Amino acid sequence: MIEIRNLTRRFDEVLAVDDVSLTVPTGQIAALVGTSGSGKTTLLRMINRLVKPSAGQVLIDGEDTADQPAHLLRRRIGYAIQGHGLFPHQSVARNIATVPRLLGWPRDRIAARVDELLTLFQLDPAAYRDRMPQDLSGGQQQRVGVARALAARPDLLLMDEPFGALDPVIRAQAQEDLRAVQRRLGTTVILVTHDMDEAIRLGDRIAVMDQGRLVQYAPPAEILTAPASDFVRDLIGDKQRPFYLLSLSQVDALRSPGHASGAPIPPEASLRDALAECLWRGAEALPVAGGGIVTLAALRAAARPEAGTA
Amino acid sequence: MIARLDRPGLLFALIGLAGLALPLVQFRPNRILPGEGLALHQALPWGWALTAALAALFLVAPRLPLRARIALPLAGVLGLMLALGAAAAVLTPEGDRMARISPSTGFWLAGLALSLMLADAIARLNPPLRLRWLILGGAIAGIGAVLASGALDQVSVMREYQARQAVFLREARAHLALAFGSLALALAAGLPLGVLLHGRMRMRGPVLSALNILQTIPSLAMFGIMIPLFGWIAATIPGAAQAGISGIGPFPALVALFLYALLPVVANTLAGLASVPQAALEAARGLGMTRAQVLVQVMLPLALPVLLAAVRIVLVQSIGLAVIAGLIGGGGFGTFVFQGLNQTAMDMVLLGALPTIALALVAGIALDLLTRASRRERTAP
Repeated sequence: MIEIRNLTRRFDEVLAVDDVSLTVPTGQIAALVGTSGSGKTTLLRMINRLVKPSAGQVLIDGEDTADQPAHLLRRRIGYAIQGHGLFPHQSVARNIATVPRLLGWPRDRIAARVDELLTLFQLDPAAYRDRMPQDLSGGQQQRVGVARALAARPDLLLMDEPFGALDPVIRAQAQEDLRAVQRRLGTTVILVTHDMDEAIRLGDRIAVMDQGRLVQYAPPAEILTAPASDFVRDLIGDKQRPFYLLSLSQVDALRSPGHASGAPIPPEASLRDALAECLWRGAEALPVAGGGIVTLAALRAAARPEAGTA
Repeated sequence: MIARLDRPGLLFALIGLAGLALPLVQFRPNRILPGEGLALHQALPWGWALTAALAALFLVAPRLPLRARIALPLAGVLGLMLALGAAAAVLTPEGDRMARISPSTGFWLAGLALSLMLADAIARLNPPLRLRWLILGGAIAGIGAVLASGALDQVSVMREYQARQAVFLREARAHLALAFGSLALALAAGLPLGVLLHGRMRMRGPVLSALNILQTIPSLAMFGIMIPLFGWIAATIPGAAQAGISGIGPFPALVALFLYALLPVVANTLAGLASVPQAALEAARGLGMTRAQVLVQVMLPLALPVLLAAVRIVLVQSIGLAVIAGLIGGGGFGTFVFQGLNQTAMDMVLLGALPTIALALVAGIALDLLTRASRRERTAP
C-alpha cells in the first residue's frame, strides 16, 4: 500500500504540489490526470524522490521513503517514462538488467530474469536479447522500457506518460498489455497521463489534479457520474461521457434471458463494444455467447449516470 | 581519354602529370649549394618506363575498379620511393661524401597525386573498418620496409639521418613524450573540468572564454611568454627548479601544449555530455544509479565518440605544435627543423618535418578509425 501524506513541493514561490494526500491499495493502478502544469509529474517524482518534497511523507507499506538513501529507494521502485529512456549504447538484455545489476544479482539469475521478462512482453528472447534499442520499433522499445522497470520485481511501478510517444493503434495494444501484465504480477502502479481515455481504461482509481491540488480521487465510474468540480467535468468532456461509462462494465453484467439472432458477443466484451455492435447491426438485442441476450434498452439505461452509480 | 575523367580524377591527373614533368630530384655538390633538377626520366635509365606507367595510372585510374584504385596508388608510392632511392644511388659520384641528392618538386607532386587518388578511392569504396586498419597498417609497414631496406640510403634526408641516428631517436622520443604527455595532462585536467562545468551554466561562460583566449595566443608568443614566467618561478620559489620547472627546455613546452589542448578537451567533453539523451539520464537516475554510476555507465560511454574526436584534435595539434618546442630547447623533431633553418640546410629541416607530418597523419587516421568504431558499437553487432 502506498500512502501519500500531505505532500507539498514549492519551486521558489510557486506551489507545484499543494498538500496532496492519497492512498493506493496494493495491486491497484492509480492514474494521475490533469492538464500540463497541474503538478502530476512532480507528485510522481516525489514518490521516488527524484524531486525532494518540501513537506509531507510517502509511505510504502508503512515505511517512510525518506528513511533510506534515495538511490537505494529507487532500486525498489520501477520507473518507466515517455520516450522509454533506453540506454542507446546497451543491448536490450543489458538495458533490462540495469536494476538487477545495480542490486548485485548473480549473472545467471539476471540472464534468467531477462528472458522471463522478454517472454512476458512477447519478445522472443533469442531474437531480441542482443539487439540494440534503436533496432526495435517504437512499440517494442516501449515494452523493453517497461520490462526494465519491472526487472527487479518492484512492489511499486511509477509511469510518466509511458505511452505518450506511441501512435494510437500501438498505444491501445500497449495499454492492454500493461493491464494484463499488471494483473498477473499484482504490481501496484501509479501512472501519470494527460489523457482521460487512458486514465479510464487503466485506472482502478483516478486522481484528478489541478494547479497542484488534488481535486478528486475516486474510481472511474464515480469520476464520470459525480465529478467533484467543473474542472473535472471539463476534463472528461461531455461528448464521451456515456461511452466512457459503458466501457467500464462487461456485457456479462447486463445479460438477460431471451433469444436474439446474429453472431454472439463474448460476455467479457465491454458495454461500449456491445452498443457499437447494436448500432452497426441495427439490432434491438445481441445474443451473448454462452446464452442470454443484451438489449439496446439495457445498454441505453446503463449509459446514464443513475445507472452508473447504482 | 581525358574527357572521361571526372573532376577530382582530372585534378589528380594534372597534379600527377606535372609531378612527372618537374624534377624528381635535386643534385647538389654539397648540402648548402643550390643544385640542378632532374626529372624521373632523366635521372634513371629505366625512368622512362616508370614515368609512362605512372602517367597511365593517373589517366586511367578513375575507370579502374575501386580495389585497383587502392592497390595501384600504394604500389605507385612504393615505386616512386624506390625510384628516388635508385636515382640517389646512381647520381652520387663514387666515394663523394659531400654531394646531396634530395627529393624535389616532382617527387612531392607525384606523391601528392597518388595519395589523393588513394584517399579518394578509399572514401568511395567506404571499406569496412577492418580493411581500413589493414590499409593503414600496410602503408606504414610498406614505407617502413623501404626505409629499412636501405634503398633510400643515398637520399639526402637519409644521409642526414645516418649522421645523427642516436640524436634522431632521442628527439623522436622527446617529441612523442611532448605530444602524448600534453594529451594525457589535458585529459586528466580537461575531462573533470568538463564534467564539472556540465550543467553549471554560470561557470561555463567565463571558463570557456578564458580557454578561448589561450587558444588565440600565437604559438611562438605562447612559448615566449613561458620563458620569463617559468624562469622567474624557478629563480624565486624554492624547490621549483629542482622539481623541473625552468624557463626553457621541455617543461615550458609541455605546459604550452597542455594549455592549447585544454580548450578542445573541455569543449568536446561539454558537447559530448550535452549530446546524451535527456530521457536516458532521467531513466538512469530514476532506476537508482548514483551520480557516479550515471556518469560512468551512461554519460561517458555515450559521449565517447565526441571525446575521441577531442583526442584526435589534440593529438594532431600537439604533434604539429611540438615542433616549436625545438626553439626553446624543449627537444623533439623541431630541433632539426630550427637547426636546419639556421644552417639553410633543407635536408635537415626535412629530417624534422617529415616524421612530424607522418606522425600527425597516422595519429589522425588511427583516431578517426577509433571514433568510427565507437560510433558503430551503438548499432547492431
